[in-house]
Amino acid sequence: MAINWFKYSAPSTFYGLAGKMIPWFAIPSVVLFAVGLYIGFFVAPVDAVQGEAYRIIFIHVPASILSMFLYLVMAGYAALGLIFNTRLSSMMATALAPTGAMFAFISLWTGALWGKPMWGAWWVWDARLTSELILLFLYFGFIALHASIDDPRRADRAAALLAIVGSVNVPIIYFSVKWWNTLHQGSTIKFTGTSMHVAMQEAMFITLLACWFYAVAMALIRVRSIILERERNNLWVSELKEVNS
Amino acid sequence: MSVVEFFNMGGYAFYVWGSYGVTLLAFVIEILMVRHKRKITLQQVRLMREAGEEA
Repeated sequence: MAINWFKYSAPSTFYGLAGKMIPWFAIPSVVLFAVGLYIGFFVAPVDAVQGEAYRIIFIHVPASILSMFLYLVMAGYAALGLIFNTRLSSMMATALAPTGAMFAFISLWTGALWGKPMWGAWWVWDARLTSELILLFLYFGFIALHASIDDPRRADRAAALLAIVGSVNVPIIYFSVKWWNTLHQGSTIKFTGTSMHVAMQEAMFITLLACWFYAVAMALIRVRSIILERERNNLWVSELKEVNS
Repeated sequence: MSVVEFFNMGGYAFYVWGSYGVTLLAFVIEILMVRHKRKITLQQVRLMREAGEEA
């Protein structure tokens, strides 16, 4: 079966495909959130050490993972756009940035609300927290730099460089709990298995999936607007039925 | 477990619901923003096209 992968690298064809894909990500996201949080709040037992407060984990860990993962995906798309000069890759990078920034914010916010009762402090300048804050600022920098340059192709290239250079921060966040002596606990999920109760693990993996589906849906909706904005002088845009209605 | 006990979260209600509440708020704001952007972009494209037809 021969699939022409390059067909969908054209913004005009991807616009339609993205529109069809949105419900396939948005609906599973809602269902997975409902199932994951049900297990997290009603099936998973109380934590022996942290009591009920640990239930913040079902949003804190998925949001943190997504904030790092989305950054790498964004930097990857930005790099593809820079190397192969593909417009759609750069548009995808731009579409992912706000969602990534939002997950970084949720990670820090829920972390503060978890830190206060467990450590006695909303915020400490330790390696894990500081590098996650830098990640949020990298997202802001990417968005601001892209918005500050009028020519979209030049904006793509400048922002791509920032994204690529900034990606060194992601492994720093991930390994910070090993490299430095921090207040933050070690990784909950390790390659060698986890120490968590099965229901806790299930709830966390399901909400992680839910966050992933949510992020893809948001990026697809956003990239469609970006495509329209940047391709508006092309004939195919003026022939769209949503433009003519 | 009673409803009151559930919402009390063993005394950690502020921290647990503060986390989930703000997360929900962030999701709702983002969804409204992407929908608004779509609406505005479509309006702009329509205006551009009408201006082009008149010229």
